[in-house]
Amino acid sequence: MLKIDNLHVRVAGKEILKGLSLEVKAGEVHAIMGPNGAGKSTLGNVLAGREGYEVTQGSVVYEGRDLLELEPEERAAAGVFLAFQYPVEIPGVNNTYFLRTALNAQRRQRGEPELDSMQFLKLVREKLAVLHLKDELLHRAVNEGFSGGEKKRNEIFQLALLEPKLAILDETDSGLDIDALKMVADGVNAMRDPQRAFVVVTHYQRLLDYVVPDRVHVLAHGRIVRSGGPELARELERQGYAWLDAVGQQAGAGP
Amino acid sequence: MNAVTPDSGLHYVEDFTRNKASLPGRQQPWVVALREAAMRRFLAMGFPTRHDEDWKYTSVAPIERGRFLLSSGQPRAVDKPQVDAQALPGVHLLVFVDGHHVPTLSKVDALPAGVSIASLATLLERRRSGIETQFEAAASYPSAFAALNAACMTDGACVHLAKGVRLDAPIHLLFLSVTYGLAAHTRSLVFAEEDSHAVIVEHHAALGTPVYFTNTVTDIVLGRRAQIEHHKLQQESVRAFHIAAITADLAEQSRLISTSFALGAALARTDIVAKLNGEGAECSLDGLYVADSRQHIDHHTRIDHNVPRGTSRELYKGVLDDASRAVFNGKVIVHPDAQRSDAAQTNRNLLLSEHAEIDTKPQLEIWADDVKCCHAATVGQLDAGQIFYLRSRGLDEETARALLTYGFAAEMVQRIEHPELRQRLDGLLRGRLPQQLEAEVLS
Ligand SMILES: Nc1ncnc2c1ncn2[C@@H]1O[C@H](COP(=O)(O)OP(=O)(O)OP(=O)(O)O)[C@@H](O)[C@H]1O
Ligand SMILES: [Mg+2]
Repeated sequence: MLKIDNLHVRVAGKEILKGLSLEVKAGEVHAIMGPNGAGKSTLGNVLAGREGYEVTQGSVVYEGRDLLELEPEERAAAGVFLAFQYPVEIPGVNNTYFLRTALNAQRRQRGEPELDSMQFLKLVREKLAVLHLKDELLHRAVNEGFSGGEKKRNEIFQLALLEPKLAILDETDSGLDIDALKMVADGVNAMRDPQRAFVVVTHYQRLLDYVVPDRVHVLAHGRIVRSGGPELARELERQGYAWLDAVGQQAGAGP
Repeated sequence: MNAVTPDSGLHYVEDFTRNKASLPGRQQPWVVALREAAMRRFLAMGFPTRHDEDWKYTSVAPIERGRFLLSSGQPRAVDKPQVDAQALPGVHLLVFVDGHHVPTLSKVDALPAGVSIASLATLLERRRSGIETQFEAAASYPSAFAALNAACMTDGACVHLAKGVRLDAPIHLLFLSVTYGLAAHTRSLVFAEEDSHAVIVEHHAALGTPVYFTNTVTDIVLGRRAQIEHHKLQQESVRAFHIAAITADLAEQSRLISTSFALGAALARTDIVAKLNGEGAECSLDGLYVADSRQHIDHHTRIDHNVPRGTSRELYKGVLDDASRAVFNGKVIVHPDAQRSDAAQTNRNLLLSEHAEIDTKPQLEIWADDVKCCHAATVGQLDAGQIFYLRSRGLDEETARALLTYGFAAEMVQRIEHPELRQRLDGLLRGRLPQQLEAEVLS
């Protein structure tokens, strides 16, 4: 589904990703871990198409297409979804309206019929029930005045509603209380599907206890420096990232 | 460069002289004297120029050059359905066409005892009308336009609320301009006695896109604990000139809610002055200006905290596109006796084009020591992070921009309590976006 090959990315003149390669197949869940500032969010932003991220080398192929060629909204319509590490507040714009506009914009781009208010509301009710969410958040402006946890839940709600094929969750578990974490995990698990893949960026084993990944990767110094099964996450939880210094020196000294 | 010597509005003096015999109140000595004195005052002041500090960023030369004519006769007939389309539902409606009240287009329902709504023209025809004192108070005419207005006023609304009355349905004053080349000098007065309440919508609009000049004045007097909402909706023709002045005198514990929505006109200038003259008085001044093409929209507000324990809140927002220009000048003056005043003022501007321009100047003058005052002004563009967030959810860039622009301005609409007015304003705001958004967008 997604094949990233030797990706180099510069942000504000600084090289952040330095030859990152990663392959994700439909139906899989990949966890990406790594120290602060390693480039995890950079990867998510590049995949979602944020401006200001300059790809200097490498390629990203998504479902046989060059993903980097597409505008952000085209990627969304093609099924790429990024749950933001820091969801953005949109004052004055009703959350329900925003969600319906987003869903219909995607459906329109895919040549599918748009949903009217009634159909949309029905869909919203279904998804709310699955996620055990209060509908109070729907009547407020997008993320405005939402607590950190509420913003993250709203991201998962969008995920459930938009039903992407490739979901990148950037630290959706950070700042969540135990119940909310469980809710997010249940939401993700409910959406696991042979046709859908997840890339889950996290700092904590906790989430991976609920959402068991197929693969765990360590992103450091702009590359995937180690990959393994679920046990790698537990190992990192015990050991931290001190061992990376050696890798870093190697990478720094390399050609 | 051709040096233009201002003719100090000589045309307007001549036009007045030609037409004064047909202005309302021509047989009432007090009216005649008032008009003549005001005209002398206008002549002495002349139209303001860019050398006047208060008019530094706004040139009224086009109004001078425009040589607009007093409309002293009968207004042109107007299609009722066109008027009805502008009227808000469930209001007491007073319609003025080119500066003249048209009873057949108006609709004032049964008013509660103690409320009177009259046209200024009828009061000017009376020997004693009770409004003379208000004109005496205003005789110092803060600007040449106010003086010109007093000299030439043709009509307006006079609202009187007796002690304790509460008018639930808003009063909708609809000033329609329909004729090319005319000047409409309208003047409205609101007297709200102790404990009275009312909502007044002052609405300026046009049929078609004629070139004309609106010069309007509204005086509001609030008695103790009176509450007045005054919503000004400026939707003039995009080729029109609009000059407006609003003054409010607030007695003890009275409360004024003033909003100014400025969407139309080629050139618009609104001056709002609120005087907190009684202890514990409260005023809130809100405004939204939306301009594009080469529109020029200027707001000057002034709040005088004259006595202790007054509260003032002010929030003005502006959205400027193309080569439009806006001016915001907000003075808050806390006078020496006004201890424990509480004042906050904010002006926020969104520039959608690199050619748009804003001159914003919040001014706090504090002469008392025990006060709580703050002010802020910002000028910004749409946020790239917000645009990306919306696009990452599937919205195209244009929709994302329209939605964010709406979101920025919608706060001013949301603050309107009256549902029908809020809906109307929401629709107008959505209509001004580069892309049409549906009605449910307001959070
Ligand atoms: N717009 C930018 N301008 C300058 N530097 C940037 C910008 N965006 C990211 N960076 C830098 O790129 C590096 C990687 O940032 P990124 O946000 O991808 O890290 P991360 O792995 O997600 O970290 P965290 O775990 O703290 O979220 C950091 O050093 C960051 O400061
Ligand atoms: Mg990050």
